[in-house]
Amino acid sequence: MNVFQTILILAVAFLVVFGEATFSFLRHWLGAQVDLLPALMVYAALNTEIVTVSLLAVLGGLWFDALSANPLGISILPLYAVGFLICYRRDMILRELSFARLVLGAMASAVVPVLSLLLLLTAGKQPLLGWGSLWQWFVMTGGGAAATPLLFALFGWCHRAFGYQPLAETSFRPDREIRRGRL
Amino acid sequence: MFRKKHYVALGAVTLLAVLILSLPPRAAARFKLAMGSWFLPLFGLANTAQQLPADLADSVLPRRELLHQIDWLRRTNELLQVQALQGAAILRENDQLHLLLGWQRQAPWKLRLANVVLRDPANWWRTVQIDLGSRDGLRENLPVVTADGLVGRVAAVGVTRSQVVLIGDPNCRVSAVVDNPARDTGIIGMGGPIETTLVDLTYLSGSANLKPGQGVFTSGLGGVFPRGIPIGQVVDARPVEFGLYTQARVKLGVNLGALEQVWVLFP
Repeated sequence: MNVFQTILILAVAFLVVFGEATFSFLRHWLGAQVDLLPALMVYAALNTEIVTVSLLAVLGGLWFDALSANPLGISILPLYAVGFLICYRRDMILRELSFARLVLGAMASAVVPVLSLLLLLTAGKQPLLGWGSLWQWFVMTGGGAAATPLLFALFGWCHRAFGYQPLAETSFRPDREIRRGRL
Repeated sequence: MFRKKHYVALGAVTLLAVLILSLPPRAAARFKLAMGSWFLPLFGLANTAQQLPADLADSVLPRRELLHQIDWLRRTNELLQVQALQGAAILRENDQLHLLLGWQRQAPWKLRLANVVLRDPANWWRTVQIDLGSRDGLRENLPVVTADGLVGRVAAVGVTRSQVVLIGDPNCRVSAVVDNPARDTGIIGMGGPIETTLVDLTYLSGSANLKPGQGVFTSGLGGVFPRGIPIGQVVDARPVEFGLYTQARVKLGVNLGALEQVWVLFP
């Protein structure tokens, strides 16, 4: 497991949750706050091991719930369900394609809030729901979809900047060496 | 395809989530505050970031404009001082009347200013966090107001910050009275998920005669909010449940989307 990558993903999750609670210009413009944790989970599930996915679901969910009126721990399972499924079937996903990332981001951003609301309703809570929630759901889905390729680009840049680069092979091959004799 | 590692992780995370969700309320609240305290170092950073544009705007403000604002503030201050004197005289007169009639005297409010530092990241709750906590004497269920009216109540208290549940959230019900001859009383309930300026006033009597523009105030019933805090104005009303009771829409006096500073009321 690449520890640096895991730490980087968790640090971004921490900042994402704090940013969602601090900056509310999207809420003013569009009437909904975009949640970037599902998009981050798509990246983690496609590029890291299940341990990182689990850590992201647990810590990201706990951080989110700590700043929200959600019961603590309610966001863990929806995040993990999405991350686990993508991680489990990632060999069958064309993860290098931007369009595939976009679609996965949209699906994850659409599924996570629905699962969270279902869990809240199951737990007997009464969240603020109405016809406007549909618009919020579209905004969250669209925002998450747009953010997923951007997150891939951001992490790609970080890996190029801070990660070890594989050494380029030289063109020299011992079996193709021309040994010159006396003649 | 069987991947043992995946299933072990799935079981562990599910078990952990179920354990956290089944914590007793007090332990869950403490755990939540502990998780929230991870963000403490970032609060200062956020305040600085939010303050920076205002500081920049102040630094480029012309001196003439500043002098004009000082003059305006001075005149407003004098006017408010005169009004305060008048208010104090009315209060004394009111106290004397209360004494004569043997009514219980309403204690004056003690106020404490707080900054709004965070908003709820989830779209289905309407809460904010303020930078006052138990070390400042805050406790649960204290009313929170601005000069424009009621904001909400303190729902959870940490050492240095507290969560305020705003009016219109399902967890903030307020007993309210309409400023009309019949003094119709109802409950301020939920608002819409997007529209933060309108809330429902429910359980008004079926014969309630509401007109647009009538003021809505806290009734003092319920023991959380003192009587007489302005909430907003009636927009419209309609009978519901086959005329059994009336429901009205109330436009809030406070702009909940632009809260920066609030006052916490101490009894």
